[in-house]
This record gives sequence, structure tokens and C-alpha cells, in this order.
Amino acid sequence: MKFVDEFREPEVITRTAEEIRRLADPERHYRIMEVCGGHTHAIYRFGLKDLLPSNIELIHGPGCPVCVLPMGRIDDGLAIAQRPDVIFAAFGDMMRVPGTQGSPLEHKARGVDVRIVYSPSDALKLARVNPDKHVMFFAIGFETTAPSTALTLVRAKAEGVHNFSVFCNHVTIIPAIRAILDSPDMRIDAFIGPGHVSTVIGCRPYEWIAKDENKPVAVSGFEPLDILQSIVMVLRQLRAYQAKIENQYKRVVPWEGNSAALKAMAAVFELRPYFEWRGLGFISQSALRIKDSYAEWDSERRFDVPGVRVTDPKAAQCGEVLKGVLKPQQCKLFGKECTPEHPVGALMVSSEGSCAAYFNYEHRKTAMVTSIASVA
Amino acid sequence: MAHGAGGKASRRLVEGLFAPLLLASTSEPLGDAAHLDFNGTRIAITTDSFVVKPLSFPGGSIGELAVNGTVNDLAVSGAKAEAMVVTYVIEAGLPTPVLEAEVRAMGNAARNAGVKIAGGDTKVVEHGKADSMYITSTGIGRPLRGVTLDPRSARPGDKILLSGPIGDHGITILLARGELDLEADLSSDTRSLLPLVEALVKAAGPGVRWMRDPTRGGVATSLNELARDCRLGITIIEEQLPVRDAVRGACELLGLDPLHIANEGQFLAVVAPEYADAALNALNLSSGGEQARVIGEVRQQPAGSVLVTTLYGGSRIVDMLVGDPLPRIC
Repeated sequence: MKFVDEFREPEVITRTAEEIRRLADPERHYRIMEVCGGHTHAIYRFGLKDLLPSNIELIHGPGCPVCVLPMGRIDDGLAIAQRPDVIFAAFGDMMRVPGTQGSPLEHKARGVDVRIVYSPSDALKLARVNPDKHVMFFAIGFETTAPSTALTLVRAKAEGVHNFSVFCNHVTIIPAIRAILDSPDMRIDAFIGPGHVSTVIGCRPYEWIAKDENKPVAVSGFEPLDILQSIVMVLRQLRAYQAKIENQYKRVVPWEGNSAALKAMAAVFELRPYFEWRGLGFISQSALRIKDSYAEWDSERRFDVPGVRVTDPKAAQCGEVLKGVLKPQQCKLFGKECTPEHPVGALMVSSEGSCAAYFNYEHRKTAMVTSIASVA
Repeated sequence: MAHGAGGKASRRLVEGLFAPLLLASTSEPLGDAAHLDFNGTRIAITTDSFVVKPLSFPGGSIGELAVNGTVNDLAVSGAKAEAMVVTYVIEAGLPTPVLEAEVRAMGNAARNAGVKIAGGDTKVVEHGKADSMYITSTGIGRPLRGVTLDPRSARPGDKILLSGPIGDHGITILLARGELDLEADLSSDTRSLLPLVEALVKAAGPGVRWMRDPTRGGVATSLNELARDCRLGITIIEEQLPVRDAVRGACELLGLDPLHIANEGQFLAVVAPEYADAALNALNLSSGGEQARVIGEVRQQPAGSVLVTTLYGGSRIVDMLVGDPLPRIC
């Protein structure tokens, strides 16, 4: 497969891993945050941690849209979905995410009309073929998916599709990174920047991280070689006491971003004054809402929304894990009350969440090593 | 719904409710078919229901699946299907040509697999129920000679064989539903596995310890069940896994793992190391087994789990499927 296989070539991977070992100062401990959930998933899926020296620690960041969505928003969306005339449409990612009364899939099993769509325009298509129903698209995602939601709203308005609306949960990545850097217990040396988000926003919005915070950033692709090359880039900077934004994912990410996508977003969305992030709390100007000119297509204005607020169980330490203060397995609930089948905290929900990724791909490996060690 | 997806929840439902209340013995590992002894005459019996949307898809249809699925459950339990009975639950208003096509497909598949259809039943339910048609088929078979299968007989060092490329059926169905604007030159792998199983047993019978057809839940779920039953670790080597480009591409796009995707015409076998070459040769020389490979082996650790070693020497644990495989988009 083109654009995939060449980035998984074992020989190149091994050579890059060797370079990482050469660059890493054995006297030093490195904490590198990969912002995006897609990176977290790839790191576990390809076993990349096994290739890194033990003094390079990867911290899994906030870039998993499903994980950071507060449970109250899911409850609000599902409350609307209970109406007999409503079809609730969302990405597969959302389907197993629990609300207080169960996940969208569990609602589907109880008879609520829940559909998996692969894009917002598929949801609009559903509205066209179901004129006697109202299709609500439960939108999630960072700047990666927000443009396609925006374009779908533009199209719905232009075509006069009135039985369609969007329950907008789109969030923006920069304020979340800032919240993490502002946190007093923050201990991160460098960032692997989110590749997909950057195809839209470009690299410029990260410049303050280097300038003001003095942390290197490498915007990275999602193949094993991409991630390892990005680690090489930030290690080289750290070695040279530099901090700048590098673009490893040049084959896809333009430095200035995608102006058409940004324009579409600006036409439809505006910043919310504040928004709650699961695990991180309220962050100002960190999410998008639908502009007045599109009010008719805004589910939150069209329907009565209960405005549910659900606090995470106190014992769940998602915030600490998100900020890299704790490793997933150091949380008190990890693998006990909280598992991918019955997630308590946000990060266990999506396979891109760091706890779920760790649980699925890693923890029994470690359990095995410890059990061997304890026998010895 | 997850209880029907073939993964963890299905297993819990069977082991937590059906097995204790209905089965005579709950200590035996649960296989694809039961082997019974009537005064020295041994028979194998299995039953399966088929619920698939759309009814027909590239490479097959529900009528054909109902035969092959039952023949295969018997084959991987070490038995040759002899006869089956089938039940059709039909939604009122199903067009006659659709029903006829499925009955014909069933007849053809039964002839191909050499199994007799001995009887059946039909029920018609109101319009809006039963998604056009459900089929339940029950098959009986005669145990093959020269092979005894039990997951608990697996030993460290045993080889894991896989009969051919994985994920074709699941991805074909996903694409055939038409919800994705994706097209691929791909068709279901539904087929009778009996000829391949017979070839394997003939060449390496005493060394074959376990077989399973990885249908719902995919290779990952079958191997996890094996790991649990034998209390050993299963290590598979990612680069040895046969996966067609179309399946790999669709999985990449949708964030799915081919190891979790359903198959209808492949099987896994655990073979003692001294029989592994003979077993692989026999499969590779049989029609439809050309792409069979050794994909891994049984090891002491990690006990009860499946470990995949990646191309670069890294590794990851692969768990059973939790619920249905859901695409990741955002």
C-alpha cells in the first residue's frame, strides 16, 4: 500500500530506533507528550515503546475527542435522541461511550434510533431520505473533523434541509495544550504535534510553545517511522538546547494550514466562552458552537437540552493521567473497576484513549514481566 | 447487542447462563460442535443461526453461509458433516425470487459440501420482523479417524497454522451494506473447509491438537479462547499474517484490526512441531490452501493471552473483540 508500506519498512525503522538511542543522553530522563490519540494508538499497535530506550517516556496527551467529552454532553445528546421522531447519528467512535443511562449502542438496543455514519454528509443524506424524521448529527472531534461538519451545515442551509441539525461538541487543540502547560505539576520536555489537526490549522499556531515555553515540537504523521522520526527531531533540538516547530508530516501538512477548511469553519462556528473537558475541567475558548446564522441547524437551540453535568467519579484520576503526572496503570481504578468493557473514566473509553490503549496492548505484558520477576 | 458479536460478552453469556443451566458437563472447554457417544457410536452435532444483512453479497449469500457454517463447525471439531436440518424464519412479504435464490444457494452449497439436507421447518413472521430472513441449521457428522482435538493438549512449541487470508468476509459484508462509499475487489471467503481439514488430518492427524474457524470476533477471539483453555501464551508474528491489500486498506481507513474481522472460510490449527512441515505442505498442496502459513506458536508466556510481535520486534497484546468492531473516524 502506497504511503503506508514505505513508512513501515523494518530496516529503516530499526535504523531510526538506533539513532534515537544514540541521541538520548543516558544521564537524562525524557518526557515527550504525543498530543494526538491517533499517535497513542499507533505507538501501542506497533509496539514502538519496545524500540525506545527506557529513559524516553511517552506521555499520552489530550488529543482523543471521545475521551475528553464530558458525560453530561452525551446525556444531553441521548436525551434528544429519545424523542420518537429523532434519528441520532454519530461516528462509530461514539457508539460505546457511556452516558449515565448507557452508551448510544445500549440506547439502540432499547429501541432508540441510533445510526453509525462515516461522515457528517452521510448524516445529511439520512435526513434527505427520512423526511418525516429529524436527523441529529452528534459532532465530535478537533479541527480534523470540524471542517466537514461546517461544510455539511453550509450544504444543509443551501439546500434547505430543515429536518437536520448538529449537536456540536467540536473542540480545539491549542487551548488544551496550553492548559496542560499551565498546570503546576506539568513535567514535559517536548511535544509530538498532532498530524491530522495540523493539516487544517498548519504549524504556525504551535509557535508559542517553542517561543514562550521553550519546548520543541515535531508535527508528526501516524506511521511507525513518522513517530520515530519525530522523536529524533525533538531529541536533536533538546541536545542542541533549541526549541522550534518542525514539520515531520510535510507530505500532508502545509505550514500555513488549509485555508479553505479554515474559512468554512469560520463561516459556521464561533468560539464558546468556555467548555468543560473531561479530566481537565473548564477551559476558556476551547470549543466551537454554531453561529446565529445557522441557529436553525443547531440541535442545542432547536431542542430542549437538559444541560446535564456529571462529575467523574472522584477515584478516577483521568486528569493526572492526561497531564502525564500518572501512568495509566498507576490510577487506582485501572483494570479493576475501570476496563474497556466497563469504562469509568474518559481515557478507557476509546481505543485511542491512553488507558484503553495501555489496557488492550500492554498491561498483561507488564503483568507477565512482573510475575516472572517476582518468581525470580 | 454485544452479547451476539462473538467476542467477550458472547462468551460471558454462554458461560454464565446457558452452559450452567443447560449443559450436562461444564468442565469441558466449549468447542464448535459437541461429540456424543451412543453405545460406542460416536457422532458430532452442532447448530448455528444465520442473521446477515444484506442477504446476498459478493462471493455468497445467507443460504450458502448456513450450509458452510455448519459443515465448518463440524469440520474443525474433527468431524465430517453427514446431514443437516434447516429452519427458515421468513418475514412476510419477502419476494418469492429472493427466497427461491436462497433455497437454491443452500442446495448447491450442500451438494458441494457433500452433506444431505434431511429436513426442515419454516415460520413466517410479520412484516418488519426478522430482517427478511433468518436461517438456523443443525448438522450431524461422523468423527474423522486419526485425530483427537482438545485445546488443553496444546504444548509450548506447537505451531499455529492459518489456512489463508483473513478478514475477507467481514470487510465484504461491511462494504456490501453500502453505507460506505468504498469499493474494493473483494468477496466473501465462504466455503466448505472439509477438504482442507481432511488433507491436514491425513498428513498430520496425530499432531493436530486443536482447530477452530475464526468467524465472528475473528482470529484474535479464537486464539484468545485457545489461550484461555490451554492456559498458555499464543505468540503470532504480524508479518506472517496473510491479509489481502483490500482488507488491509479498509481496516487502515476505518481503524479496524484484521485480527478482529470475521471469516467464513478459514481455519486455525495447533500442530505439534514435528508435524508442522507435513501439515503446512498438505495444506499448501490442496486447492484453496495455497496461502496457508504458520503464523505463530504456543509459548509458556504470557499465559492466557495472545501476543503479536510486530515487524520491528515490538509487541502488543491482542484481546478478544469487545462488542462489534466499530470504525474509528475522528
